[in-house]
Amino acid sequence: MPRRTDIKSILIIGSGPIIIGQACEFDYSGSQACKALKQEGYRVVLVNSNPATIMTDPDMADRTYIEPITLKVLERIIQRERPDALLPTLGGQTGLNLAVELHRKGILREHGVELIGAKFDAIEKAEDRELFKAAMRRIGLEVLRSCHVSSVEAALEFAGEVGYPVVIRPSFTLGGTGGGIAYGENELREITDSGISHSPIREVLVEESAIGWKEYELEVMRDRADNVVVICSIENFDPMGVHTGDSITVAPAQTLTDKEYQAMRDAAIAIIREIGVETGGSNIQFAVNPHNGRMVVVEMNPRVSRSSALASKATGFPIAKIAAKLAVGYTLDELPNDITLKTPACFEPTIDYCVVKIPRWDFAKFPGADCTLTTQMKSVGEVMAIGRTFKEALQKAVRSLEQDRFGLGSDKEDALGVRFGPMPNPAALGQRVSEREKETFLEEIRSRLSVSNPDRIFYLRYAFSMGMDVDEVYSLTKIDKWFLYNIRALLDCEFEIRSRLSGASTQQDALEKLGPDLIREAKRCGFSDRQLAHLARAEELSVRRYRLSHGIRPVFKLVDTCAAEFQAYTPYYYSTYESEDESRVSDKRKVMILGGGPNRVGQGIEFDYCCVQAALALRDDGCEVIMVNCNPETVSTDYDISDKLYFEPLTLEDVLNICDSESPDGLILQFGGQTPLKLALALEAQGLTILGTSPYSIDLAEDREKFAAVLRRLGLRQPPNGIGRSLEEAKKIARLIGYPVLVRPSYVLGGRAMEVVYDEETLAGYIERAVEVSPERPILIDKFVEGATEVDVDAVSDGRITVVGGVMEHIEQAGIHSGDSACSLPPFSLSAECISEIKEQTRLLAEALGVIGLINIQFAVKDGIVYVLEANPRASRTVPFVSKVTGIPLAKVATRVMLGKTLAELGLTRDPSPRHVAVKEAVFPFIKFPGVDVILGPEMRSTGEVMGIDKSFGMAFAKSQMAAGTPLPLEGTVLITVADKDKTAIVPIAREFAALGFDLMSTSGTAQLLSSYHIPARRVNKIREGRPNIIDHIRSGEIDLIINTPGGQGQGPKRDGFYVRREALARNIPTITTVRGALAALEGIKTLRKQGLQVKSLQEHHAAHSL
Amino acid sequence: MESGSFGNGVMKCVLVLEDGFSLEGRAFAGDGEVYGEVVFNTSMTGYQEIVTDPSYKGQIVTLTYPLIGNYGINGEDAESGRPQVEALIVREYSRVPHNWRSTGTLRDYLEEYGLLGMEGVDTRALTKHIREAGAMRAVISTRDLEVESLLKKVRSYPGLVGRDMVRYVTSDKEYVWNTSGNYRVIALDFGIKYSILRMLEHHGCQVTVVPAYTKAEEILAKGPDGILLSNGPGDPAGLCSIVSEVRKLLGRKPVFGICLGHQLLGLALGLRTFKLKFGHRGGNHPVKNLQTGKVEITSQNHGFCVELPGLGARSVELREEVVTLDTGSIPDLGVARVNLRVTHVNLNDFTLEGTEGPELGFFSVQYHPEASPGPHDSRYLFWKFVAMMERASGRYPQAEKGVVLCRDEQI
Repeated sequence: MPRRTDIKSILIIGSGPIIIGQACEFDYSGSQACKALKQEGYRVVLVNSNPATIMTDPDMADRTYIEPITLKVLERIIQRERPDALLPTLGGQTGLNLAVELHRKGILREHGVELIGAKFDAIEKAEDRELFKAAMRRIGLEVLRSCHVSSVEAALEFAGEVGYPVVIRPSFTLGGTGGGIAYGENELREITDSGISHSPIREVLVEESAIGWKEYELEVMRDRADNVVVICSIENFDPMGVHTGDSITVAPAQTLTDKEYQAMRDAAIAIIREIGVETGGSNIQFAVNPHNGRMVVVEMNPRVSRSSALASKATGFPIAKIAAKLAVGYTLDELPNDITLKTPACFEPTIDYCVVKIPRWDFAKFPGADCTLTTQMKSVGEVMAIGRTFKEALQKAVRSLEQDRFGLGSDKEDALGVRFGPMPNPAALGQRVSEREKETFLEEIRSRLSVSNPDRIFYLRYAFSMGMDVDEVYSLTKIDKWFLYNIRALLDCEFEIRSRLSGASTQQDALEKLGPDLIREAKRCGFSDRQLAHLARAEELSVRRYRLSHGIRPVFKLVDTCAAEFQAYTPYYYSTYESEDESRVSDKRKVMILGGGPNRVGQGIEFDYCCVQAALALRDDGCEVIMVNCNPETVSTDYDISDKLYFEPLTLEDVLNICDSESPDGLILQFGGQTPLKLALALEAQGLTILGTSPYSIDLAEDREKFAAVLRRLGLRQPPNGIGRSLEEAKKIARLIGYPVLVRPSYVLGGRAMEVVYDEETLAGYIERAVEVSPERPILIDKFVEGATEVDVDAVSDGRITVVGGVMEHIEQAGIHSGDSACSLPPFSLSAECISEIKEQTRLLAEALGVIGLINIQFAVKDGIVYVLEANPRASRTVPFVSKVTGIPLAKVATRVMLGKTLAELGLTRDPSPRHVAVKEAVFPFIKFPGVDVILGPEMRSTGEVMGIDKSFGMAFAKSQMAAGTPLPLEGTVLITVADKDKTAIVPIAREFAALGFDLMSTSGTAQLLSSYHIPARRVNKIREGRPNIIDHIRSGEIDLIINTPGGQGQGPKRDGFYVRREALARNIPTITTVRGALAALEGIKTLRKQGLQVKSLQEHHAAHSL
Repeated sequence: MESGSFGNGVMKCVLVLEDGFSLEGRAFAGDGEVYGEVVFNTSMTGYQEIVTDPSYKGQIVTLTYPLIGNYGINGEDAESGRPQVEALIVREYSRVPHNWRSTGTLRDYLEEYGLLGMEGVDTRALTKHIREAGAMRAVISTRDLEVESLLKKVRSYPGLVGRDMVRYVTSDKEYVWNTSGNYRVIALDFGIKYSILRMLEHHGCQVTVVPAYTKAEEILAKGPDGILLSNGPGDPAGLCSIVSEVRKLLGRKPVFGICLGHQLLGLALGLRTFKLKFGHRGGNHPVKNLQTGKVEITSQNHGFCVELPGLGARSVELREEVVTLDTGSIPDLGVARVNLRVTHVNLNDFTLEGTEGPELGFFSVQYHPEASPGPHDSRYLFWKFVAMMERASGRYPQAEKGVVLCRDEQI
């Protein structure tokens, strides 16, 4: 069937901000869909509130709306654009949910918009658990017994029937928010209560438990002619009970016989037909009882999912692209397999390697969060690694995580080494360590094995090292024994290495003792040079030199969908230690781009955006682009973005291996965030050319003392600061520069463990609690400029001139991490003189640092004085935001500059000055971490961002809040409780709220203050003052907006504010925690009331304000 | 990994292909020196089915999926009474299997029959070589590690072309597979897979298996409702005597041919067969059913193929078509013309995958509707066979003319 000609224009809804459970995989799928549909000649209208995405680049769609993803906004867009069809299956759960709502409200019917891909009935049948289970029973498949309940009592009754444990899942939520496993009555009460409140329809599902069963996923595709193919099978390493997003997963399935696999495949095909997903991809999860093989269907996603992205990267089959083409009428046999070109897409990929995905968690950012892994997803990113064996892939994946682990243990962080010292072999351990020590460690191991957590994979190795056998480990973890045997085999290899090393004297001696054969065998098991170096007490580079001198180097193999049966034309590679190398090295001019690795708080999609932009620019200019990355969710790991894709860990060893083979003319490191920058000096030392700003300059900006000298030379101001190498020295410096001070360790980046400290006692406490301080590990102490306005600048320099892409004024005052602060472009309160001063300082610094490419500088402004906080000569988190607002593709410009073009040649000599206003707002994962305070500080915690864009600051701010999921109320009650330091500032704000007709509510202190200014405010009880108290008022739904500023005294006992903020979070009430934020909210509410909501596409914004 | 896999006491072995390509590895099972045609299979599951499939007689099989042995061996999944491959080549053999049905290891199973298993090989490099240079004669040895000397030996090994390999795998006497059923089916055993027998049983057939060289008269004398021509190893061109017996069966009783059975039917009708460069072996080949327009993902295992000139050229608009074969000069067939319907075509290379001759009451497929290993998309063909027997036996004279298609997802 050829493509449909009765539809011309297609609406695609993106997934909005990056949150836990919905990350950049939907940028990947959405981008593929936009490209595919445009290629087919359709007019594509895209809506996504997330400016950091590649899909919202203005040339990806014909009309790009960076607007809140809400019913009202979508209705406006549909009225304006009149699309013929809506493709709801590529924008994650957000896109799907909104499509469902648009259908339910009759908006689609009213405007003649057809749902393509999946019809409403199919979506409903797949999403509604009761309908789904009934459907499964109809086709003779087993499901777990379950019951929907809206009350705790009903949940208890059901659990009484099926027995504990039971699983609780709230209906219609993302990533299992608010769900959990209950092993007893009390837990069931608690989880059910929270689950009901999280569910938009106030309902939870209570289900018989398959905890400990084997878990599988199949990625299935179907076309209009009812052809169905399975693209990939995925086996979860962690058994049922851990959310699949939090599980280590392996592709293809490893422990199923063909009989069992085919039964699952038959079931998957029957399911997609029964549910009626017309075209496109679905993800179906199964659980298998390990003792008898009983298979039950767990759930189905009638859309492209996180696992689809993984399956695409794991097999080379572009699921989202094909799904988009199937949605417009093609059949699978009409579409070619991009990789082989000669064979059709109607086949099932077969792979000849093993793929391991490991999630990346960021619990350190959320003190107090429970790091047990359950049915609620908590990871913020993931890595994927490819190897010829599970052992190799697993170790590559571990080192891809960039958590200073270079494989499964045998590295510096190895707890065995840390605890017991260097260990020649397990027998020696027995002699050296007392029984009691061993028993204590064994106890710890048992407890870390029995409940899943991010470190469990390492504890498996500890368990085997301490002599536990596979059966015992299995009984604690229920991880399939095949995986456990493989982990034990890694340990066998490690012990072989250790035993050969005993008695080694020098580095060289140690390496000779290992010998080329064993090193080769270890490399084939995935051991990194770093691990071997650790074991041999040698330098990483010595190991590298030794193995290269013996010809032990990796080969590069192709990912080709067909296990080499057909010739592959797509250059998608992974490294392994085998006989034949398949890389085809060209003699073209080659540039290698190092990507950003796994998403984490502080480093996410923004950097992938920059890398992709760079690749596109380089290809336009005729360079061969080599992309290196290990994050399967990203667009950069799509094999058609670059000329060559290496799916590899971003460590020195792996990057050097690729460079050995490719000999690139230059490397671009400044777009991938900290990940590639960390390697800059080491790569340069190996004789590689780093394009753009030199590693020397990067170091100049990052080294506090050198940077201070640069500022002094330029006559620029910096808040007074110093470096403390001991507690005493730290105290002395703090006293000298005066409290409050901002303290942080010098050896971690990205705001980790950063705090504002108000007195000496807290400083001492901080040092004791959070960091170690020593001459090797000093702490940085800066004067904290209280109440200052923080400003972010992104600029590009060619070494001659510097163009400031954007000056962004933070809405929250200085002291809150720039990634967590909302900001406005252009500034909304700074004077013109101040802005030009900031731009001037930017130019001075860019010149002094020798920047070629991008630079991001953070300033603080107080009383008209501009302070430089820090400068980062690299792409910043805000580059995509600035690019979207100004229409200037900063990353592309920077790429060309790095390759030698001048800004004048590129036609960019003047700072852009858009006449519209855009506000970027951060989005936080607090809802996933009960017990964590919802409070902003110098440590970054947001996972994503949204943008509001409009004519005025007020409207842009209002839209940004709407897009973040907490729309500002236009009327109702405002709860105001502020810290003493904010009391004066809050008065005029409160007065205006009252003048707008809002009712005010306050606790004693603030209420007294307001009444003294004759502002009417109803006084409510604090928690300890008796009921109904402040929490009761929030629960009863009386409050529409909360202004609550925290006291600022570190992290003391939980106070009222903590509970207020958590309760507000649970009920989705907009909560503002700063005075400047309150002002912005007021402005937003006023504008929204006056003007009403309008939408406008990016293309229109840019056309209206083009330079 | 066991101790010993790091160099001490591991039995090295060498693979040498007739064109001089060689790879080193280790023996994970057995020892000795083995000759055969080296081929690759791309299925990611089902190694037990593969090693026990008699169609692999005379072949050294390399599996492209690198991790083999993971779930061991069980009592239910074998396709014949013993492993049939000459040797097995894998990237990594899993020494300790785990699965609730597992009763033993692949290594023990191979060793029980004195077969050689080779591991540690860059199987992808080998596969690519076979893809480029074609399936060819090869030797694996643990005794002689000299490439030159092995090369000499392998070049004197006869290979499979033109040879009758069926004789090594067919049963030497007739046996009854199951005793009850609505239709009596005689299955000619050219190296039949148990799954074919299981599928026939499942579809209500009572099956009697007869040796490959059983005369047509003898078969017809048993009064069967239908005849199944099974899969089997080697070059169909080496099976002239069988072909002439097959000819005598046509038009007498409904005939269903699978794989080698399909090729023998083609030869019986005067068509030719040719050797594919490296064959089709795997579980992911798309085959278009020209009668329904739908694509089946199929299980394949064949090195030879029935030639139908001009088939690839018709790739753009694949439609069912009828080729009229002039069969006047063919003895024993009794008809001057056969209208052969092309029912199935491989979408990867547009080779012939299925035909039927309605007037003569036969149909056949080149691939494996019984799967094992592989997808179950084509099981409807067994219903088709049953329907054909129904009509032919006249038991349901009201049955519509034409093809009966039943979906059969849940077996």
